[in-house]
Amino acid sequence: MSAIKYTFQIEKDDFSRAGEASSSIKKILMQVGSEPSLTRRVAIATYEAEMNIVIHSDGGTISVMIDPKCVMVLAKDNGPGIENIELAMKEGYSTATDRIREMGFGAGMGLSNMKKCSDEFSIESKIGEGTTIMMNMCVKEGE
Amino acid sequence: MQIIEVRDILEAEVLCCDEILTNEVNNAFSSDLMSDVLAFVNGKTLLLTGLVNCQVIRTAEMADLNVIVFVRGKSPDKNVIEMAKQGNIILLTTRDTLYTASGKLYSKGLKGINI
Ligand SMILES: Nc1ncnc2c1ncn2[C@@H]1O[C@H](COP(=O)(O)OP(=O)(O)OP(=O)(O)O)[C@@H](O)[C@H]1O
Ligand SMILES: [Mg+2]
Repeated sequence: MSAIKYTFQIEKDDFSRAGEASSSIKKILMQVGSEPSLTRRVAIATYEAEMNIVIHSDGGTISVMIDPKCVMVLAKDNGPGIENIELAMKEGYSTATDRIREMGFGAGMGLSNMKKCSDEFSIESKIGEGTTIMMNMCVKEGE
Repeated sequence: MQIIEVRDILEAEVLCCDEILTNEVNNAFSSDLMSDVLAFVNGKTLLLTGLVNCQVIRTAEMADLNVIVFVRGKSPDKNVIEMAKQGNIILLTTRDTLYTASGKLYSKGLKGINI
């Protein structure tokens, strides 16, 4: 069976719509009867990725490829890129402004949350070009 | 603990979804940092927060949380309440501070989560 694929456009700084893509993805997964804890992991990881694109990037896309046992998420943005990925991945590291913190973001937990939710996680970034995050999440044995 | 008890302990006002106040919560988590909520919280957990924007509702939706208590008498905008209704998320607001509200619930037996 071939995977179903959806792509969502994510606008920079659009806080009123931020989270809509992840919400749609979660609804799709519930509709296709995806296993609940997989759905939850995908929802959390895509939401963190979506918020990072809204907050830290110049805009981008989130794509999901859904097949019965696994969901692949690709979050891609158009810059500015991350200079030091190792530092960015550190729990507690954040460049979020006070304005962003007042909205409840900037704990510096997003990237590590994404990694924790994923069975496979990779991040690539180039200054001036953008950041691409690939996450693969599968149903765990016994679920 | 039933959500109706939470309401009574905190003398809270119900902003939406009173029809499901008999639902249960097993634990509570107090935070204004959404990524911390997403990292640690799971299932039938009550969220206490001082934030009232739509991202709080989104966070609850993603983490499968079904009750949010807003502290210090805060109340979100109509559209935020509407979003919660869509997701069947109960919203309460109490005049207590985050610390006081958490303490009251804890002392009545609603414990935190293990991380
Ligand atoms: N798509 C991105 N483009 C550019 N920089 C990014 C991007 N994603 C993350 N970063 C950088 O990496 C840092 C850490 O990201 P992470 O998601 O872990 O935390 P945060 O977004 O700052 O806070 P939180 O996710 O806890 O609300 C960010 O503060 C930012 O500097
Ligand atoms: Mg983040």
